[in-house]
Amino acid sequence: MSDLPEGVRPLTPDEAKARRKRSIAIALTLGALVLLFFVLTIAKLGPQVLQRPL
Amino acid sequence: MTSLSNSLSAESGPAPFAPAVGGEVSDFFALLKPRVMVLVIFTALVGMVVSNATVNPVIAAISLLMIAVGAGASGCLNMWWDADIDALMTRTAKRPIPDGRIRPDEALAFGIVLSVGSVLILGLASNWLAAGLLAFTIVFYAVIYSMWLKRATAQNIVIGGAAGALPPVVGQAAVTGHVGIESLVLFAIIFIWTPPHFWALALVKSGEYARAGIPMMPNVAGPASTRRQIVAYTLLLAPLGLVPVALGFGGWLYAVVGVVGGLGMLAGAVQVYRLREGESERKAAMGLFAFSILYLFLLFAALLAEQGLGLFRAVLA
Repeated sequence: MSDLPEGVRPLTPDEAKARRKRSIAIALTLGALVLLFFVLTIAKLGPQVLQRPL
Repeated sequence: MTSLSNSLSAESGPAPFAPAVGGEVSDFFALLKPRVMVLVIFTALVGMVVSNATVNPVIAAISLLMIAVGAGASGCLNMWWDADIDALMTRTAKRPIPDGRIRPDEALAFGIVLSVGSVLILGLASNWLAAGLLAFTIVFYAVIYSMWLKRATAQNIVIGGAAGALPPVVGQAAVTGHVGIESLVLFAIIFIWTPPHFWALALVKSGEYARAGIPMMPNVAGPASTRRQIVAYTLLLAPLGLVPVALGFGGWLYAVVGVVGGLGMLAGAVQVYRLREGESERKAAMGLFAFSILYLFLLFAALLAEQGLGLFRAVLA
């Protein structure tokens, strides 16, 4: 805590908890976006998009 | 009204608030006006269903989600801009920004990211006409309505109602690639429904709107003129609600709901016109406000049931 810039106070337990929840929500949203783009690709291009020469 | 408009436009824009350290996830969700999002999902879905288009359900679902997110983003931008007047009204004072739970700049960034993201993903998922219409809806609500009309003219919710009426049009464009007569009729119904719906509430809440400096019709033209206009718009709305039957995409179920609901709206509007004193005045206005929500919901639910569940039976051969 001592390396905080001047004028900045440490987070209270409630604030830290809220920040953790926000971080988890952002992670879940990013995961959902990855899934959304994957599903959208399959829906738009068809399952053949996964079959290509190695 | 001119002086009110001038003073308002000079004072418009978000006022400074005490800094916060960031709200809960639920506060960010509240910024999206979830109840409005549900209504948008519902009306956009009906716009898709009445199109009778063959579309991949995954693409339709993603399109619907993006329309909802876009609507939420415009609600978020509206709350960012209106935070100063939201703080003055009991109905809105507990929203996340005026209550100090979320900083205005956080809400602005959140709204912009969701706006851009929803438009781009809708364009990639369906087509760029739908994406363009969604972008227009967001800009119309956040900029034309929130930043300009709302504080400038008593016709604010009349013109601004176009933003709330567009979701069925976006929905149809998303699944067909064009805008058809069906969604344009649904647009017209919501557009004409908006003034009697909001002015019924404004008659009851005129004191709060006056305190916030918003030129709603009862504050500018007076309650008597507002009542006459409510009756006039309802006289337009009741027959307009039956146009889907005439065009052949509303069947018997829809016709019954349209006739009974339209008569109910007219009865409610006449009550608002007649009862002008005491508790009965308030009850009539709130009664029309509540019934108008039920009326619109039932109209769209009837279309959804007929087209989506196969209950359609044509009225006209």
